[in-house]
Amino acid sequence: MTRHVIIGAGQAGLQIVESLRKEGFSGEIALIGDEASAPYQRPPLSKKYLLGQITAERLLFRAPEHYGRLGVELRLSTRVTAIDPAAHTVTLAEGSQLEWDRLALATGARVRKLGVPGAEDPRVHVLRGVEDAEALRQGLEQAARVVVIGGGFIGLEVAAIARKLGLEVKVVEAQSRVLPRVVAPLVSTFFHELHTGHGVRILLDQQVAALVPSADALTVQTQDGTVIPADLVVVGIGVLPNTELAEAAGLACDAGIVVDEFARTSHPHIVSAGDCTRHRNLLFAAPHRLESVQNAVDQAKVAASTMLDAPVPYAQVPWFWSDQYDVKLQMVGISTGHDSLVVRGVPGPDGFSVFYRSGDRVIAVDSINKPAEHMAARKLIAAGGQCDPERLADTSTDLKTLLQ
Amino acid sequence: MPKVTFIDLEGKSHQCDIANGLSVMEGAIAGGVPGILAICGGSCACSTCHAYVDDAWADKVGGPNEIEDATLDLANDRRTHSRLTCQITMQPEFEGLVIHVAKND
Repeated sequence: MTRHVIIGAGQAGLQIVESLRKEGFSGEIALIGDEASAPYQRPPLSKKYLLGQITAERLLFRAPEHYGRLGVELRLSTRVTAIDPAAHTVTLAEGSQLEWDRLALATGARVRKLGVPGAEDPRVHVLRGVEDAEALRQGLEQAARVVVIGGGFIGLEVAAIARKLGLEVKVVEAQSRVLPRVVAPLVSTFFHELHTGHGVRILLDQQVAALVPSADALTVQTQDGTVIPADLVVVGIGVLPNTELAEAAGLACDAGIVVDEFARTSHPHIVSAGDCTRHRNLLFAAPHRLESVQNAVDQAKVAASTMLDAPVPYAQVPWFWSDQYDVKLQMVGISTGHDSLVVRGVPGPDGFSVFYRSGDRVIAVDSINKPAEHMAARKLIAAGGQCDPERLADTSTDLKTLLQ
Repeated sequence: MPKVTFIDLEGKSHQCDIANGLSVMEGAIAGGVPGILAICGGSCACSTCHAYVDDAWADKVGGPNEIEDATLDLANDRRTHSRLTCQITMQPEFEGLVIHVAKND
């Protein structure tokens, strides 16, 4: 019987399984994950889960018996140590081998480590998996002073939760503004003020030099000599794609597993999807790597279609979201390469949207507490993004009417 | 626990026990109801847990909240009783609720 093997039991891995069955594949499927938990949602880890509002059970995508119903062999706490592309096998950590007809790599990403002295102290936390989140949640219960290293989405979401829990929070960012890689300066300013308004102290342009442990504190030292004592430190400085297995198997990698618009790697019978891929999307000229739920799900569907020899190219508009305090940031498109901005509304509690334009096209939109504008923006960008900037900026014009 | 019946796109019924306080979406996911995808995990960000509340239940369950209403604009085939099931919280009065799954992809 035909057997397809998926390495990585996260959002992309599970979606490949679901799509294979939905499209009628009736052969064997093995879904292999190195974590102990059945596939679960990561986004709530830095939100409701950390706040203690939901349990680990509620993170699960599917009830355990669902995998039996789908006829999927779910192998948890199982690491794959090697892929043999020529023999069509994978080797598991305990030594056994599994044969495959088609292989999918949904290996995800891991957190980037802070390479300074003291970074291995047990009071230093990261946030990627449910075990990280549980350790952090318990750590926050014992802490009074929290230092977050990194002013990206993870860092700011954790900062918001720690403030909700009543803790003293400082955020240390290496660049000159929060969310430096992803949003326009005025959006950074909005989030900076949102956090300072909630009592967070943000230190910009500060490179961490060392974490100095003592009995009653872990002190963050920056390169300019600033010292910040903490009970708990959270490091959120980005992720690295898990490409080692692919590289060892001789697959093309370039800061991500390289795949084409059909999620194909450089081996014709191996696909890859999700955070680990540097991929082609027909909507963009250049390949890129994205860390998002949308990409994991949509690219996984493409990967499954390729595994079934009915390939459908990837051409979806990327979208993202972040929840901090009572603010929902929703983003659509990729703003890289924009040459002008249109702001709709006034940055503040009532919400606003920022349109990133390249020439006369809107290529990305950030909406803050404006879900209807986000939804309209998704349609606008999918339709090519041509739009009169004056009407975009005019809040008396319903965005939906611009689409017709 | 209140029972909810989901009718999928092929007309098949799926009964799920859903504890009060959980969302209807969570119950559907736990029960493996086909077609309720919920890729954003209940953040009201994606519209892939879209369903129609049965006509007989529409008044009791009520309409969408503001964010949900906007998000529903993105859903396929929005109708009068469209809701995002992640935004419907189970309560004792919903015993016997009937939900028709929409086309989510």
